[in-house]
Amino acid sequence: MRDVAVVGFAQSPQVRETTGTTNGVEMLVPIFAEVLSGLGLTKGDIGFWCSGSSDYLAGRAFSFISAIDAIGPVPPINESHVEADGAWALFEAWVKIQTGEVDTALVYGFGKSSAGNLRRTLALQLDPYVLAPLYPDSLAVAGLQARLGIESGAWSEREMAEVAVRSRRDAETNPNAQVAGSKDVDELLAQPYVANPLRRHDCAPVTDGASVIVLAAEERAHELVERPAWITGIAHAIDSAHLGARDLTTSPSTVIATQRAGGIDGVEVAELYTPFTHQELILRRDLGLGADVRITPSGGALAGNPMFAGGLIRIGEAARQIHSGNASRTLAHATGGPALQQNLVCVMEGRD
Amino acid sequence: MAGKERAAVLGTGQTHHKAKRQDVSMAGLLREAIDRAMADAQVGWDDIDAVVLGKAPDFFEGVMMPDLFLADAVGAVGKPLLRVHTAGSVGGSTGVVAASLVQAGVYDRVLACAWEKQSESNAMWALSIPIPFNMPVNAGAGGYFAPHVRSYIRRSGAPTHVGAIVAAKDRRNGAKNPYAHLQQADMTVDKVQASQMLWDPIRYDETCPSSDGACAVVIGNEKAAAATDRPAWIHATAMRSEPTTYAGRDQVNPQAGRIAAAALSNQAGITTPLEETDAAEIYVPFSWFEPMWLENLGFMPEGQGWKLTEAGETEIGGQLPINPSGGVLSSNPIGASGMLRFAEAAMQVMGRAGEHQVDGARKALGHAYGGGSQFFAMWVVGADKP
Amino acid sequence: MTVVEPLSAPMELAFDYTRSLGPTLSRFVTGLANATVVGARASDGRVYVPPLEYDPVTHEPLRDFVEVADRGTVLTWTWTDEPLPGQPLDRPFAWALVQLDGADTGFLHAVAVDSADTMRTGMRVRAQWAQERRGHVRDIEFFLPEDAAGVVPPPQPPVEPIAVMTTPVTMAVQHSASIQETRYLQALKEGRLVGQRCPVCRKVYIPPRGACPVDGVPTEEEVELPDKGIVTTFCIVNVPFLGQRIKPPYVAAYVLLDGADIAFLHLILDCPAEDVRMGMRVEAVWKPREEWEYGLQNVTHFRPTGEPDAGYDSYKEHL
Repeated sequence: MRDVAVVGFAQSPQVRETTGTTNGVEMLVPIFAEVLSGLGLTKGDIGFWCSGSSDYLAGRAFSFISAIDAIGPVPPINESHVEADGAWALFEAWVKIQTGEVDTALVYGFGKSSAGNLRRTLALQLDPYVLAPLYPDSLAVAGLQARLGIESGAWSEREMAEVAVRSRRDAETNPNAQVAGSKDVDELLAQPYVANPLRRHDCAPVTDGASVIVLAAEERAHELVERPAWITGIAHAIDSAHLGARDLTTSPSTVIATQRAGGIDGVEVAELYTPFTHQELILRRDLGLGADVRITPSGGALAGNPMFAGGLIRIGEAARQIHSGNASRTLAHATGGPALQQNLVCVMEGRD
Repeated sequence: MAGKERAAVLGTGQTHHKAKRQDVSMAGLLREAIDRAMADAQVGWDDIDAVVLGKAPDFFEGVMMPDLFLADAVGAVGKPLLRVHTAGSVGGSTGVVAASLVQAGVYDRVLACAWEKQSESNAMWALSIPIPFNMPVNAGAGGYFAPHVRSYIRRSGAPTHVGAIVAAKDRRNGAKNPYAHLQQADMTVDKVQASQMLWDPIRYDETCPSSDGACAVVIGNEKAAAATDRPAWIHATAMRSEPTTYAGRDQVNPQAGRIAAAALSNQAGITTPLEETDAAEIYVPFSWFEPMWLENLGFMPEGQGWKLTEAGETEIGGQLPINPSGGVLSSNPIGASGMLRFAEAAMQVMGRAGEHQVDGARKALGHAYGGGSQFFAMWVVGADKP
Repeated sequence: MTVVEPLSAPMELAFDYTRSLGPTLSRFVTGLANATVVGARASDGRVYVPPLEYDPVTHEPLRDFVEVADRGTVLTWTWTDEPLPGQPLDRPFAWALVQLDGADTGFLHAVAVDSADTMRTGMRVRAQWAQERRGHVRDIEFFLPEDAAGVVPPPQPPVEPIAVMTTPVTMAVQHSASIQETRYLQALKEGRLVGQRCPVCRKVYIPPRGACPVDGVPTEEEVELPDKGIVTTFCIVNVPFLGQRIKPPYVAAYVLLDGADIAFLHLILDCPAEDVRMGMRVEAVWKPREEWEYGLQNVTHFRPTGEPDAGYDSYKEHL
């Protein structure tokens, strides 16, 4: 396998609502400029482009076609697109570099959740014959999952609130975060439910945003940055869509992806994409992440959840820990689909 | 040849394409193609390491990210599943992505399936949902492409019956393909020219149908290929994109297609495409795209693609058979059409094209385009190892 | 330049999807129309409700159908205070995974109770069948506590196997025009055609773009354009189809306004379709001023001016 590293990362501010279009161009143009100029690159230096987004979020077919205007793809580019979070686009780009066809790739994800009713739109991800016609929204599905764990003793509402407290506190030092602040657990537990047993703080906010990552191989990565975040393993897997047939209090596909990505040995920081507090508890337990691992220091999705960019941001934030010298081994996780159905894990390291 | 690993198509499968496959659910449609591909490749479910699904806009079926609900049916639970979407070229891009996964050495065997169940809704509606502040021209799908066909005719000086030659040929070829949606063994140039003019210069019989259908391929590495008969070796793949519109864009001979084709030939070690290619399955949804793509793909010099068609050399038995399967003009499940081109090219060099087999085909091209002629995906497959 | 608030407008996407069911789902859906719940037993011995179409281990089609009870036990639940459009009830209700007696999996549906205080994991519930059933998961309106009073629907004769179910998928989206497009639309409201120039390549785009497709930066400098230009290429629309308002044949053409570097698609009317030519000079025909909106439809069509055609060389780069 070729050595491939994350060398650049940029994101738009995570806000409740942007005035831009659903094709993401307004969010993408500035961050493309930021990430490329930060590396001293121009668009001609990028070998492969890959994006993640959803037509349904945009309410338009082919929304990603308008998005490529932000690249200025003339002369034509080597480019692809997945209808999934940008983390899966990063996987496709990593594979492309592995084939040897290219040495660099730029990956982006974007979503304007504010354009529609996100929790309702996500009901359309469910089985179209027997579930989606009832429009079970994303908070309902997460609520069902949360209660299963509360009543089996796997986690408690207090532990869920503790996740939220930590996330908001961490977000205070994240200039891009949308929701930050200092509350204590009891303050949060005194709030009403929004989808019993979920309270507002248990759920990611609705966010518009975009993110971009540049990957480079081997010598090219060394030329571009001092401390590349080398991808030592990246893998993904998916669980059954039958929500009533699988144990929603565990995440087997995350365990599989983590094993295939090389496991958690030596991981100092784990950026987990968990839009609901109880989901972080699931992953920490399933992966065996102990007290020695710093969990989602960016504040995570609970502090800002730009759909289809959020997973890519976890990879970027975990890479940043290495770029800055804060850590030498980090893990990033991305998720898609209802109740942690599909999961991707990327493990990175810094070398001295 | 890119990558460290050689990759080959081990088997292909497709559905019987029809306007409405009301006998199956969406999963059933995919499984029909997948089961055939796996049988053709002589592999079982445990042999598949990853699944790649491709499909055009989700509004067609009214499901957001349908790969999620289909995970169980396509045997992907516990495995990696990826969903590619590059508009109409997606069937091709899916093949390219699947090939990359094997060429990169990430997996040994990958199942790729591209599909569309257009009868869940209505293709015309899904493609022309009114958007605020945008003036609908109400020209229809053909109305977008027909003006560019006129430009081609003007530029090249092609005689106006060339489109009809393509249409008649593709429909007659479709009649040799048991899976094709339209089976018209008696189609002739005269009949095409007598059919109703829809978007001058394109007539009814020169346009593609709207189909439900799926196509699947199993791609494996050298070790996996050694265990099968006559795999189709992937000699090269290429993908290029450009904007749908920009000032000065060549809509007739798009640069992205030209560059992709040049990169493809370079990777495959092909210097004289017309001589070295035995068959080509190219994305022709409206008849005139055949001569246009012949030029774009480097088979013929600019302005002369129509000559090959007019001389009958793109028939089975001609110098360069184009779309022996009947092509998109005979079956068009939009998300699958690109992969059908890729799979049919593979079938040719595997000697499995049955009645529409091109004798002795050893090297074939599969091609797809999408959007406003701006996404291009293509591959070259061969009977010999690259 | 004045600060512009982007124009936005709501969009409704709605279609009644016709979903063919295939053999397994047809049994389930037909069962619902007959006020029964049918699951399928897999190779692991579990009865799946709703049925999986394929066995999770062997991947063979599941055909071992098992009728289960229409009542069972709540495995987990959640409360909805403000139901969303399309959900099973329009007053607050619970979602639950219900394990019907005889099934080994949870069935996701709604439970109609007055408050979350009534909900308990482990409680018994039964289906409230709809008065009129058609083969749809909403043939079960919702679940009720097992001993609550419900409405017994009138008996319906057994229904023949249902092959296709129809279900609406609707979505509301707020569509925003970009700032660049907004300026162009505002000019149209005033009866002007205004393009914008890319600061890098200097080409004039109409409509303007949030990112010039060649240079990836927003177009900026406003360029007022005359409402005259040429037809670069065109087609004659001869086919009647849904949504059409003009009787065919009519011409859809790419119109390149004088001073613009990119053409847009519009209609050519007021002359026989067969008279339209590549290079023909045309001018805009506007709606009456009082009908002007934010859109290019303020120009109903273009018509020939009668001036000499533009030479092929002058526009061939735009084809």
